[in-house]
Amino acid sequence: MSTIVIDNLQTHFETPAGVIRAVDGVSFSVERGEILGLVGESGSGKSITGFSIIGLVDPPGRVAGGRILFQGEDLVGRSESEMRALRGKKIAMIFQDPMMTLNPVLSIETQMVEAVRAHDNVPKLEARRRAVEALGLVGIPSPDERLSAYPHQFSGGMRQRVAIAIALLHRPDLIIADEPTTALDVTIQSQILFEIQKVSRDFGMSLIWISHDLGVVAGLAHNIAVMYAGRIVEAGPVDTVLDHPVHPYTVGLLRSIPANLRRGEALEAIPGMAPSPLRRPSGCPFRLRCFAATATCETEPVDARIGEHSWRCFHPQNEARP
Amino acid sequence: MTVFILRRLLQSAGVLLATSVIVFLGVYAIGNPADILIAADATQLERQSAIVALGLDRPLIEQYWIFLSNALRGDFGRSFVFNQPAISLILARLPATLELALVALIIALVVGIPLGLVSGLKPNTLVDETIMTGSILGFSLPNFWQGMMLIMIFSVWLGWLPAGGRGDTAQVLGITTSLLSWDGLTHLILPATNLALFNLALVIRLTRTGVREIMPLDFIKFARAKGLTERRIVLVHVLKNIMIPVVTVVGMEFGSIIAFAVVTETIFSWPGIGKLLIDSIMLLDRPVVVSYLLVVVFMFVIINLLVDIAYSLLDPRIRLRDTQ
Ligand SMILES: Nc1ncnc2c1ncn2[C@@H]1O[C@H](COP(=O)(O)OP(=O)(O)OP(=O)(O)O)[C@@H](O)[C@H]1O
Ligand SMILES: [Mg+2]
Repeated sequence: MSTIVIDNLQTHFETPAGVIRAVDGVSFSVERGEILGLVGESGSGKSITGFSIIGLVDPPGRVAGGRILFQGEDLVGRSESEMRALRGKKIAMIFQDPMMTLNPVLSIETQMVEAVRAHDNVPKLEARRRAVEALGLVGIPSPDERLSAYPHQFSGGMRQRVAIAIALLHRPDLIIADEPTTALDVTIQSQILFEIQKVSRDFGMSLIWISHDLGVVAGLAHNIAVMYAGRIVEAGPVDTVLDHPVHPYTVGLLRSIPANLRRGEALEAIPGMAPSPLRRPSGCPFRLRCFAATATCETEPVDARIGEHSWRCFHPQNEARP
Repeated sequence: MTVFILRRLLQSAGVLLATSVIVFLGVYAIGNPADILIAADATQLERQSAIVALGLDRPLIEQYWIFLSNALRGDFGRSFVFNQPAISLILARLPATLELALVALIIALVVGIPLGLVSGLKPNTLVDETIMTGSILGFSLPNFWQGMMLIMIFSVWLGWLPAGGRGDTAQVLGITTSLLSWDGLTHLILPATNLALFNLALVIRLTRTGVREIMPLDFIKFARAKGLTERRIVLVHVLKNIMIPVVTVVGMEFGSIIAFAVVTETIFSWPGIGKLLIDSIMLLDRPVVVSYLLVVVFMFVIINLLVDIAYSLLDPRIRLRDTQ
């Protein structure tokens, strides 16, 4: 059984200016022990997809449709207390900015012990022991001493490790990581990626890794899903999608990565800007920026697929391969 | 930390010295005590001997010098009016004022923080708007008017609470207090509420603003993602952050509460130092006025020091440094 299956998820924000469809018909699934990279430019709905799963979409946002099957059971419409029992226990989340995810006035010990005791009624000492163990797991030296420190006494990389350690406390079945290494420098980033990959393999955890860095996703994930304007426009095994991108948006994304170029070759940015979520064009939302767009694109494209590789476009690029 | 405290105490000695000069000059400028204290029908001779007895015949510098050297030995002069040591007059009345101010502070915090939390957690609802309107009234209506309204409503119309005085008191460790008897408490409620209203409004606003600032932050969302209850998030994660500004501002305000007690004590005939001060200014009883202000400044200094210490305990990012 898949750890999680998202089926036609709709998450909308009802604002005075109109309904914002931040997530507009997203479907994907993640198997046990598998890492899915969720990529796309800013505002494409990656974070909101993650928050929808864990049930933390801020009002006026709400899941307006679709199903979120976690271990076979639908989470949509669950009560707040049922969701709270899952959060941190079965599904954990890590955020982008490690400077902001820990409460500045509470010690690391307080913040870890409370996380243990939110789900397991264990004595403080036992909770503390688990906290020390989790800190050791993510490579924090002398965790026993560091436990009594406050967030400001840690560097950004160390804080992100603490956040990851908190996420690991209950060995959840799914971790949603929302750009957790974006704010860190490259060496720290690769250390953390290494640790994450290791624990995910060791514990058979599924991981949804949100990022706009295709390089990171290429090295880490098994599968990739490319989001644009609240939808998934292309998905499949990482190697297939990155080596043979089919959707013009994915092609554009890959061409705009400096590492993919030879010296002297000009970078190609995708022209134009992401459409305002209130005024998305009819049909394919990418058509106004697309080099391959034709009149056909004014109608809604449907999913096409070869094997595990799927895309939503009338004009597949390259030669699509399974 | 110890060096920090010592340095602060040394600085406050300087502040006290400066205050004494200013107050001494100020009272001198208001008028000559001899004109008020000595009966109009006194003979020239009686008048002269009274002036000499009070030390008012000497040059101002010399008067100040005598005052200062006596003060350093703990003698702040005798009241011209009561012919008692000024400091013991003040200390005899200080507990009544401190008690009033302390109870006012507690009311402001115990009532203000929950109201501010409710307001901040349910912004722009009927509850929030009611609380905020109330706090605007607390800010903008003059304190004496609020006091008279309290008397009107609770003493005159409803007859629930006494309109003034201190009621039964009891002695604990040599300090007189109203807190231990029912009669004393009923006398305390109205003046303490009156004195608390401004700070109550302040605490509500500070708390509400704090909640609104903290709630959208990532660490609250992360706390939710850990599966904490909403109760723990508000009472631990949010409140601990809010306590920093609240304690700082309210701690600073404690000095003003004591100073504002003048108005409340006058309305409710509360026998504290505020009332003594007003009487002494009327009669140009310089030793009492000077001693009062020195005592108040001293309390300000101590309160500020305590606030700084509390601040550093609440916020781990701030540690009192010995240097600088
Ligand atoms: N509180 C909100 N009110 C209204 N609209 C919102 C709100 N939060 C998000 N949105 C909408 O949802 C869309 C998707 O936001 P989301 O945060 O998921 O983007 P993202 O893909 O994570 O981008 P980034 O890479 O910048 O993190 C945004 O374009 C925005 O219009
Ligand atoms: Mg995001």
